[in-house]
Amino acid sequence: MTSAPSPSAPATVTLAAPLVEVSGLVKHFPGARGFFGLGRARAVIRAVDGVSFAIAAGRTLGLVGESGCGKTTVGRSMLRLIEPDAGQVTIGGQHVLTLGGRELRALRRRMQIVFQDPYGSLNPRMTVRQALAEPLAIHRLARGAAAERRISALLEEVGLDPSFAKSYPHQLSGGQRQRVGIARALSVEPQFLVLDEPVSALDVSVQAQVLNLLAELQQHRRLTFLFIAHDLAVVKHIADDVAVMYLGRIVEAAPAPALYARPRHPYTTALLSAVPVPDPRAQHQRIVLPGEVPSPAAPPPGCPFHPRCPHPKKNERCRTEPPELREVAPGQLAACHFAEDPL
Amino acid sequence: MSEPLLRVRDLKTYFVTEQGSGTARAVDGVSFEVYPGETLGLVGESGCGKTVTSLSLLRLIPEPPGHIRPGSFIEFEGRNLLTLAPRELRAIRGNQIAMIFQEPLTSLNPVLTVGDQIAEAAILHQGLTRRAARRRTIDMLRLVGIPDPAERVDHYPHQMSGGMRQRVMIAMALVCHPKLLIADEPTTALDVTIQAQILELLDRLQVELGMAVLLITHDLGVVAGAADRVVVMYAGQVAEQAPTGQLFARPLHPYTEGLLASVPRLDAPAARGRTRLHSIPGQVPAATAWPEGCRFHPRCPYAWDRCRQEEPPLLDAGTGEPGAHSVRCWLLTDPRRRRLHA
Repeated sequence: MTSAPSPSAPATVTLAAPLVEVSGLVKHFPGARGFFGLGRARAVIRAVDGVSFAIAAGRTLGLVGESGCGKTTVGRSMLRLIEPDAGQVTIGGQHVLTLGGRELRALRRRMQIVFQDPYGSLNPRMTVRQALAEPLAIHRLARGAAAERRISALLEEVGLDPSFAKSYPHQLSGGQRQRVGIARALSVEPQFLVLDEPVSALDVSVQAQVLNLLAELQQHRRLTFLFIAHDLAVVKHIADDVAVMYLGRIVEAAPAPALYARPRHPYTTALLSAVPVPDPRAQHQRIVLPGEVPSPAAPPPGCPFHPRCPHPKKNERCRTEPPELREVAPGQLAACHFAEDPL
Repeated sequence: MSEPLLRVRDLKTYFVTEQGSGTARAVDGVSFEVYPGETLGLVGESGCGKTVTSLSLLRLIPEPPGHIRPGSFIEFEGRNLLTLAPRELRAIRGNQIAMIFQEPLTSLNPVLTVGDQIAEAAILHQGLTRRAARRRTIDMLRLVGIPDPAERVDHYPHQMSGGMRQRVMIAMALVCHPKLLIADEPTTALDVTIQAQILELLDRLQVELGMAVLLITHDLGVVAGAADRVVVMYAGQVAEQAPTGQLFARPLHPYTEGLLASVPRLDAPAARGRTRLHSIPGQVPAATAWPEGCRFHPRCPYAWDRCRQEEPPLLDAGTGEPGAHSVRCWLLTDPRRRRLHA
């Protein structure tokens, strides 16, 4: 038998025009004042400090980093739940940040968000039916019997029995609530979903169910995902490409297999080494980074990672000259002066 | 093996629920031992009873609505903690058995300096003078890796980061050099690089102070790296217990097997082309209505008639010393079924 052509697409399909593009995104929050609004305002918090990336249609970009790195602010700015200070966001070539009123509402049909804690994002006084009917009504997609049919179909699509429509959020388990959160996001038939830590509040066995569901939905509906998470093992499982953030900037971005096989930024290497592996025979040397992430109100000069960097070649240049995010291997970007000589 | 430091026998902690929906049998007949100097991992998902177990050990269960059932037995160095007078219990709690919790901010008093909070136990339990307690406190802060301990001792909890607060909690727990540390999800609220620091710290302190650790966590990765033995809980009971290496290499309870297979792994080959994760169907049942027979049977791929009717006891797996590896599953009486299923 001759070898049949592989049915799956090649690993690099970035030749297709990206569906979503972000360039030079900046969001600074004003520094807090002291008690009662007295005293001088502190320095601005540089939550997002020039972030750029693109996601091709049908693919998943994993955006990872620790608390306070700015990953959530990136996701919310893209949907204008937070107004960014500078930069551009486009979806299918249409500019997101300059739209107003009705156009913005129309655009929100194309992009939706799923939050970490569906308990906090679902109105406790609304039944599942009401929660799902609301976006259908706002976007004038369906009413009455037609809405009822859509709601039943949505619930079935996310693996819930249509009888759940009568339930209130507190009657559901964490996994069921997250399924409702996903159904609500899907109700307006978006092309692009921001998934902000969608499985971090769930137990492992339920987490696996929801990750499988997301993968299925992506395939059936040809969805594009920005998957924001702190769990690098979850991201490895679901993402095609991965971007690592530290102090408001992307420090490394690459196709997932390359990033996990050969990280180029010492922060990525340290993060990967710190993840506990559920196999007592595979215990590797953890790189324990000294200290903590500095305040985004006062990022260190030079390379923002230099005070914690374990790279043996770290030198004066790291303390003074911020490294550019540059291509160090085909498709792999890293912001480190020694990216050619990784840890 | 030597005598256990802590021996828990048939622990039952029940809660009377509101609205008359019945009694929640949160912990329902749990037995295990902790030996001197070892780390025992207690793992399971939300609602399995692991936290109620740990709170019961120090009698920290609010009564009502909770109560520890007669017949339960918690022996620490030969004394049953459940029958001690409150004054005797206080002499052990925080002194010989200490505890750290998941969320350090809610466990620290916001209006006292961290130094005063750490020193309190040393003054109370060991009769140290204020000055000696302060010196001990500064030593403890140094031991847990807090920079500038002589200055930090006068700081308040809100002036510290999450990782630093967890270090303060550890200093507070260890100031009396306890023989047993109960650590309930000590790194769950922390970022992965800070988690690595805290796990490393606990590891080092355990060796230096020669204490035993009961590590309660949902994270199988944390357990694999830190525990000598593991107890897996499901639905208020011990489902399986084994030495760590054996549990991960050869899990025998279908729940343990399913749990291990559900975890996305960093050491798996990069999964292009979307492999499905294994998942356990359904969800954890409610503690007011555990299923009849084996409590895992509605979610179990191997279940047969016997599992639906008869509750299995903990059965010896027959590997290693008697009792080293035990499993609450009828498959052990009929291993053929596991092969047939595969």
